[in-house]
Amino acid sequence: MMDRYTKLQTLGIYAAITVFLIFMLLPFFEMFMASLRPLDHLFRSPYQFWSEDFSFQAYSDMWDTVPLLGRYIFNSVFIAFAVTLLTMIFVVPAAYAYARLEFPFKNGSLAIFLGVNMFTGAVLLIPLYRVLRTMGLLNTYWAMIVPGVAFLIPTGIWLLRSYLEKIPRELEEAAFVDGASRMYTLRRVVLPLAVPGLIVVSTAVFIGAYAQQFLFAITFNQQRELQPLPAGLFEFIGYQDVTWNQMMAAALVGVLPVMVIFLFLQKYLVAGLTAGAVKE
Amino acid sequence: MADTVVATPQDTAKPRRKAVSEKVFGWLLVGPAMLFIAVIVAWPLAETIRLSFMEAGLGGEEYVGLANYQDLVESRKFHQTIVRTFYWMFLSVALKLILGLIGAALLNAAVPGRALFRVLVMPPWIIPMAIGMIGWLWLYNGYFGVLSGTMMKLGITDGPFEFLAYKQSAFYSAVVADVWVGTPMVTLFFLAAMQGVSRDLYEAAWVDGASRWYRFRRITIPQIMPVIVSMSLLSAIFTFNSFEIIWILTEGGPRGATTTLIVDTYKTAISNFKFGEGSARAVIIVILLGIFSILYLQVLKLVNRKYGTK
Repeated sequence: MMDRYTKLQTLGIYAAITVFLIFMLLPFFEMFMASLRPLDHLFRSPYQFWSEDFSFQAYSDMWDTVPLLGRYIFNSVFIAFAVTLLTMIFVVPAAYAYARLEFPFKNGSLAIFLGVNMFTGAVLLIPLYRVLRTMGLLNTYWAMIVPGVAFLIPTGIWLLRSYLEKIPRELEEAAFVDGASRMYTLRRVVLPLAVPGLIVVSTAVFIGAYAQQFLFAITFNQQRELQPLPAGLFEFIGYQDVTWNQMMAAALVGVLPVMVIFLFLQKYLVAGLTAGAVKE
Repeated sequence: MADTVVATPQDTAKPRRKAVSEKVFGWLLVGPAMLFIAVIVAWPLAETIRLSFMEAGLGGEEYVGLANYQDLVESRKFHQTIVRTFYWMFLSVALKLILGLIGAALLNAAVPGRALFRVLVMPPWIIPMAIGMIGWLWLYNGYFGVLSGTMMKLGITDGPFEFLAYKQSAFYSAVVADVWVGTPMVTLFFLAAMQGVSRDLYEAAWVDGASRWYRFRRITIPQIMPVIVSMSLLSAIFTFNSFEIIWILTEGGPRGATTTLIVDTYKTAISNFKFGEGSARAVIIVILLGIFSILYLQVLKLVNRKYGTK
């Protein structure tokens, strides 16, 4: 009863939501409209919202203009997956240690991880470039994966730790009493219980890995076949005329795979992210 | 305490043995992550500090002491950049919080279709920032963007208006794009927090005849206060660090109007190959962010104590 709205209130809520969503989706709508526009429309005056010759031509032409487009889309998803997997391999044991164990310099080291969380790779590009060069990783997938992992480990630990803290200790203690080793307990008792948390944290890490590719890619990688989509898209600008319509089409098609993945995971994500952020 | 009374020597001996192996095991688990961070973040950070005392470029390095820092302290342009960065940050964060709060309240309203609306809010957050910015580049274009087009149709402007070509409009256009990227996350965190507020509180207030607005002000806001505080500081850090958005839209221009500290650092070090001067800027950023992090943890502690979350 408390939740019931009058007709007018309901109308107001929908109107406000519509305005809010227009702001959130306007760039996508604009990109879609732009992808339909033939190139010679760009400088046509007066401005036209719609015209007869709008077409989906760009969606087939774009593969010829930028032949590596499919590769870029693949690279993007591949790099994000690799970063996520590697990050989780480092994060899971560390988060468990912070959630459950007492060891020297525990709080100090956690503070260091948090400190890393606070700044981006953009300030460390030069020395980072040298480190990657020394390790011989420049112009490989690793050049984009390794820094990505480093800057996501802290976030991952922070989020997963609070998840693991919620798993009752009694279960582990029961396993210890039965003579199970620590490693066995972690693998067979804790991890299976932490699956929802692992999904949340992996998804959050994946979003981070997917979103942050641009800077590392343009700085540490010159190899065109290895570029992720955000960097590869700028190739549409490099040619004689900028094929804006194809660039927009490519951007929309390029993010589609991840949007679909995300659609399935969004429920877990919202519930889980909050748990990590609020807890001190 | 009751525990110590019943404890036998055996009971106390057991935890101690466990504690020794726990120390080693703890570091075994944390070690790999620590090592990784040390090589990829800590070492470059140390290198940045070293470089900040050097005159360094592609040609080589030469020790110059505090000269790089002194240049910054004396540079009026750098002072302007700091002021601009904080203005950028406060404006953008304030807008993100206000929009996030309104958005969360709307998405929390019990109307049909809200599950769909929640999904539709997310795209700006989950797509690569660089791709979202291509959309905004187009929107802000004077000739083919819908914003300028609409303004012309409505007769607000006579000809094409290039949003990113003028100092003022470029700055605020970049703020809007940054708000667009940051708002979904803030909204979803606020929404999840609102859903965690006990219904009993609302029902009790409702029985007493409290209006919706009153309930929002006196129940919702205080209850989600810890999340508001943590989100405001987190997004302050994100906004401070925001690089790609500005870089793709304006590269810090026109005439430096959108150059924040992070863009300035990148321009100095990467575009102009002045590694030493760039590093000095990076160190200043790290110090400022360090102060932020400490503030963040302190305020979070305070708020959590006051509002008694977990």
